[in-house]
Amino acid sequence: MSNNTTNERSRRYLNPYLGGVLLGLVLLAANFVSGRGLGASGAVKSVVATTIEAVDRNASETMPFMKEYAGSHSGSPMKSWLVFQMLGVIVGGFLSGAVAGRLKLKVEHSPKITSRRRLIFALAGGILFGFGSQLGRGCTSGSALSGMGVLSLGGFVTMMAIFGTAFALAYFFRRNWI
Amino acid sequence: MGPLAPNGIISENTNFLLAFFIGIAFGWVLESSGFSSSRKLAGIFYGYDTVVLKVFFTGAITCMLGLLFMSLFGWVDLDLIYVNPTYLTSAIIGGVVMGAGFIMGGFCPGTSFCGAAIGKIDGMVFVAGLFIGVYGFAFTYPLWEKMYMARYLGEPKVSEKLGMSDGLFGLLLIIAAIGMFAVAEWAERKFPREEY
Repeated sequence: MSNNTTNERSRRYLNPYLGGVLLGLVLLAANFVSGRGLGASGAVKSVVATTIEAVDRNASETMPFMKEYAGSHSGSPMKSWLVFQMLGVIVGGFLSGAVAGRLKLKVEHSPKITSRRRLIFALAGGILFGFGSQLGRGCTSGSALSGMGVLSLGGFVTMMAIFGTAFALAYFFRRNWI
Repeated sequence: MGPLAPNGIISENTNFLLAFFIGIAFGWVLESSGFSSSRKLAGIFYGYDTVVLKVFFTGAITCMLGLLFMSLFGWVDLDLIYVNPTYLTSAIIGGVVMGAGFIMGGFCPGTSFCGAAIGKIDGMVFVAGLFIGVYGFAFTYPLWEKMYMARYLGEPKVSEKLGMSDGLFGLLLIIAAIGMFAVAEWAERKFPREEY
């Protein structure tokens, strides 16, 4: 690939510092409007809770996880701030990709690995992230980013644990990425 | 004045509607910063692309400063802003599990939805994994409950724990971030990167 094409392509992404300021303003808006930050895994949790309840109406009394969930959420699980916010994320991500000409059905992976290997690792990574986000009471968005935005000690701890672990393990998974 | 919903200035339904619009802005910023690409995201762990570090820290600092100034001007009541509770054990162990998921999967939950939204099949598979992981936690919760609730510290701010004002901590965080950005710029020059 020629240098020109490379520059043209990289220009299509926002300057990262500008992107950061915009992200901060979105996070600030979330706090100003709802009194809470952004999130992603919380919406997944709402869907999971909804389906469990649909299968077993008594789950909120018999299943400890659902009991804990009901204790911290009122009303229908789908009527939650994060569910509406995540629907917006899908729309916003799609619109940005459409405007920049990045809509394309593909498996993105390093040329050194196969699509199959990439997808197996994506699935395993998703499972771990989903599980960890429940244990850690939120993911990179809800716990680390939003927590740091309000100076929460837990937010800083989770951020350091996520990035520290990923750095520590990077060597073992290097073939997937470099 | 703010926050609007806890102060009863807007109704619950308006709050949900605004959540949708805030989500659109969130998704837009993530995608246009390159967070829909797992190879860009993973770059931070090898030094070839540090967009995650730059966007993440600039974002957290912008929000922090915004809240501090808005509180100073009386536009927002910080006592009504949710501060994530700290359960030390699960914050660390959950973070470690998430970190392993990050380096293996190349996404975090928010970014995987963005990737899926523009057609990344690896993003869609990661999202499917998220659901499996959350179901897994839900059905095995009694095994982890003790760990999940261990070492509850309340809702402390990191500035309180360090015995300094929010403003001073904010200043130190900005200085630390500038230092990290300098290292990040150096790393990007040192390690080659392809564009995807």
